[in-house]
Amino acid sequence: MITDLAQYLVSALSLGGLYALMALGLVIVYGILRLINFAYGELVMVAGYGMLIIGRSPWPWIFVAILSILCAVIAALVMERVAFRPVRNSSPTTMLITSFAVSTLLQNLALLIISPRPKVPRLPAVFTKNLRFGGVRIDVLDLSGLIVSIVALLALTLFLRKTVIGLALRAAADDFTMTRLMGVRANMVIAAAFAISGLMAGIVALFWIGNTRSTTPTIGLEPVLIAFIASVVGGMSSLKGAVVGGYVLGFLTIGLQTWLPRDVNAYRDAVLFGIVILVLLVRPEGIVRPVWSREAR
Amino acid sequence: MSDSLRVESLTKDFAGLRAVDGVSLGVEQGEILGLIGPNGSGKTTTINLITGLLNITSGRVMVGDQDITGWAPHRIARSGLARTFQVVRLFEEFTVRENVEVAAIAATGANRSVAREQANRALVQMNIAHLAETQASVLPQGEERIVEIARALATNPRFLLLDEPGAGLNDAEIEQFLPMLHRIREETGCGILIVDHDMRLIMNLCDRLHVLNYGQTIAEGTPDEVRSDPDVIEAYLGAEVAA
Repeated sequence: MITDLAQYLVSALSLGGLYALMALGLVIVYGILRLINFAYGELVMVAGYGMLIIGRSPWPWIFVAILSILCAVIAALVMERVAFRPVRNSSPTTMLITSFAVSTLLQNLALLIISPRPKVPRLPAVFTKNLRFGGVRIDVLDLSGLIVSIVALLALTLFLRKTVIGLALRAAADDFTMTRLMGVRANMVIAAAFAISGLMAGIVALFWIGNTRSTTPTIGLEPVLIAFIASVVGGMSSLKGAVVGGYVLGFLTIGLQTWLPRDVNAYRDAVLFGIVILVLLVRPEGIVRPVWSREAR
Repeated sequence: MSDSLRVESLTKDFAGLRAVDGVSLGVEQGEILGLIGPNGSGKTTTINLITGLLNITSGRVMVGDQDITGWAPHRIARSGLARTFQVVRLFEEFTVRENVEVAAIAATGANRSVAREQANRALVQMNIAHLAETQASVLPQGEERIVEIARALATNPRFLLLDEPGAGLNDAEIEQFLPMLHRIREETGCGILIVDHDMRLIMNLCDRLHVLNYGQTIAEGTPDEVRSDPDVIEAYLGAEVAA
């Protein structure tokens, strides 16, 4: 029983952490531009193909990983500059449709240039191993996902609290017009938000692909969907919400997988999203409520 | 060197409505100018045009001998213009100090430790150092107003544009404003452009007044001159009596 629980905790914290990072990448851009960037999943894809291509080099895997994350960051910055900046002052619908266009374009590029078939990038052998602590068996992939996601969350929190850009980002997420009026350059803040978004997608890609063990042009579909659901459940209006939503979704997913009766397990996602709908019925604005609804003014 | 903020023949059209019509005014550093007029006379629009929040239809805005017409809002803020809003807009998730700090960073490009010092100084200047760690969202409205002014001050402005700082405050709170604004002028030497409906505040505070009606200037001068101007009495005070 204790061993079950320990395994459950590690798996749930690992998955929840990665979901939290994904949701953060989505919400940090949404907070400033009011844009749900559905091309966000394609950043995971870019990092995945980065792993595939850079992985053919003789370099150690850790370099491959870092360079792949960098690919996602650069792709996010290019995406902002080329696709979103020209339509920034248009309606939210225009931006949303632009994000679908970017998503489709990148998927088709991958189809054409690389391959429609799944490709297997080089992954560290240790990802398939597991560790034993007494009777508890823990996957290295889970454990590393847990550690990396918590380190990334802490690092991001420190960055947002302590640095000048971090402060500007938080201010812009609260009131973008006001932040600009005080003298913050809009382009700088938005580029920073996209860079962080790319960073999150890149980190997630390592573990996502570490789990699926292959990269396809549509690999980004599921991560972006999960990120979207996690941020809606947690509360779209704050980064805190994204983190809470990510962990809630992670704990629910692993919990259902572990404790649902075997013959119901095929319907895990249906049950999961049923619970999500229930949560939203009770808390339409998400678990973490925005400031404006906490106060009566 | 003493500069001035000058607005020349400022005009703004909103889809057929001329909201501001050829307004020219100037504020010297160290001077307090009151911009008054009935509701809808173009006061806030004028401030929005000066700070770049709205695009100017025609006319010029000069700070010293620099033409800032058509500049992006962040550049205007960095040229030494700071403003407050009719509806207070603090960053609710931030503490009071962070609110002031972010303004200092934004406008002056200071690093965090310098910005923190600037913020602390502004908080002391406004007598709210004790609120530094309070979260902005829990402040009563009177204190929010003062934090907003501290935030503007932390940018080391040459000109401070206050849009109805007295709105929503009670008499006692407005009473506190008067010495506070005088002190800001003395300590920082900045020029202040203030829009407000509270005539007692305006008349006691301002060196000069500029009166708008339907987007046009109808009078300028010292409070005493303006008070006895027949056009003002008809347009402004008359309208108030009618309302």
